[in-house]
Amino acid sequence: MAQITYLHDDGSRRSVSVPVGANVMRTAIENDIDGIIAECGGAAACATCHVYVEPAFARRFPLPTEIEDEMLESTASERRPESRLSCQLNMPAGLDELIVRIPPEQLP
Amino acid sequence: MTLDAESCVVIVGAGQAGFQTAASLREQGYAGRVVLIGDEASLPYQRPPLSKAHLKLDAEDAQLHFRPDAFFAEKRIELRAPDKVTAIDRAAQRVELASGEGVHYDHLVLATGSRPRRPDWPGIDLRGVQLLRTVEDARQIRALLQTAKKVVIVGAGFIGLEVAATAGAAGLPVTVIEFAERPLKRALSAQMATHLLQAHQSRGVEFLLRTSVAALEGRDGHVSGVTTTDGRHLDADLVLVGIGVQPNTELAQAAGLAVDDGIVVDAHLLTSDPAISAIGDCARYPSAHHPGAVRLESVQNSVDHARSVAARLAGKPAPYDKLPWFWSDQGDLRVQMCGLSQESDDVVFRGDPQSGKFSVLRYCGDRLTAVETVNHPAEHMTMRKILTLGGTLTRAQAADPAFKLASALPVATPAPKVAPPPIADPSKDG
Repeated sequence: MAQITYLHDDGSRRSVSVPVGANVMRTAIENDIDGIIAECGGAAACATCHVYVEPAFARRFPLPTEIEDEMLESTASERRPESRLSCQLNMPAGLDELIVRIPPEQLP
Repeated sequence: MTLDAESCVVIVGAGQAGFQTAASLREQGYAGRVVLIGDEASLPYQRPPLSKAHLKLDAEDAQLHFRPDAFFAEKRIELRAPDKVTAIDRAAQRVELASGEGVHYDHLVLATGSRPRRPDWPGIDLRGVQLLRTVEDARQIRALLQTAKKVVIVGAGFIGLEVAATAGAAGLPVTVIEFAERPLKRALSAQMATHLLQAHQSRGVEFLLRTSVAALEGRDGHVSGVTTTDGRHLDADLVLVGIGVQPNTELAQAAGLAVDDGIVVDAHLLTSDPAISAIGDCARYPSAHHPGAVRLESVQNSVDHARSVAARLAGKPAPYDKLPWFWSDQGDLRVQMCGLSQESDDVVFRGDPQSGKFSVLRYCGDRLTAVETVNHPAEHMTMRKILTLGGTLTRAQAADPAFKLASALPVATPAPKVAPPPIADPSKDG
């Protein structure tokens, strides 16, 4: 099992144990973690599951597809180099820990 | 109307609109009882993936729930599922449930959704003939796709084309039967629909247009073929029927509420009874973006309706004015729409259809009414802002690929909210 830690704007954090392949958005939803909305259900169609992934972890994931990259242009909180849509992130084998920061806003 | 902590909101229907109403009531600080009644056994779940990623042969039995069990307890949302409202007593402000329970409401939200049209063709009850609405429908279709040799899809709407793309990508021969002369006739411009038709054809999907089903044939109780109204015969061991939906209005009708292909509501989404709202697929409402009343079937419509009603019940009423938007994934085609057009609206192309990434803009006179986009989410999102904020985009500007769309926005859009600094060193954090 690996661990995903979600950091909130107010400094609070939640860690969840997950198997390899776990989706970072679904894990947040299934564990009732605030701040991940995922209105479209994981299709990269709404940009409401935006997270910041620390660069040390970011390179363990495939680069954003063109669709995700374009949707990231319209996030409610600012886009940064470490911005991703969490619905597009599945825990890769060999990664024991992932830390993502949840942005202050998901809705425009 | 503001409801106090002693009050009770009853929500009929635990789909996207019903679930969102319950969740938004709590976000808005509503302190009274919330009773959410759904007719499916599972926790409320998301439907869009059912016709898309969820049907892929290698898809795991994906989790689709909006929130886990614990959420409902924590938020004091009393989920009654599976159960069903059998009657509304408007005078007593009370609903009767199939389980025998009666629940008093101070406000009632009808989020009863819609159901696929079920034609009465001979053979419609054969195994292997499927409608698609629920997670159980999707599970059955996915199981049938594992062994199917020939797929026929009736109806070239979004559901039909999404499933056609998935079945085709799995290597199955697929034929789509469509009554109209082109796919997506009610939803998209002829130009965009033709582009999608050709894209599907180039990927091997066969289309029979201007025809319908006369009968479904079977062998040992399982479908084996389809005869069309123009006399053709097709072999098929999986037939998906996706010919549109009808709103679930029976309960409202029986309670004497105004119904006209949808439960009729005003600009605040209130029915003819001020203690009853109707939202989502089942509601016909006056649109701020279209002449006359509309009834829409989409995630956006359900979610924004729900938020609007929750805000009103929490004491922050405002007329509903959200811009409709929609998406559809058809294999490698990401189709997105925003705004509402009429069939007579003009068409302006932006970008080259040959590139596979372009937009069709709809104009009524000089007014931009809607935008249809393929594989260009950034442009879709900018168009949403232009339509929402009331920007001006002339036809000439729209057709000019060098014109920067952002400059069509009425005022400088507010800068995105600034997020906290990046994580300095996660290993030392906390």
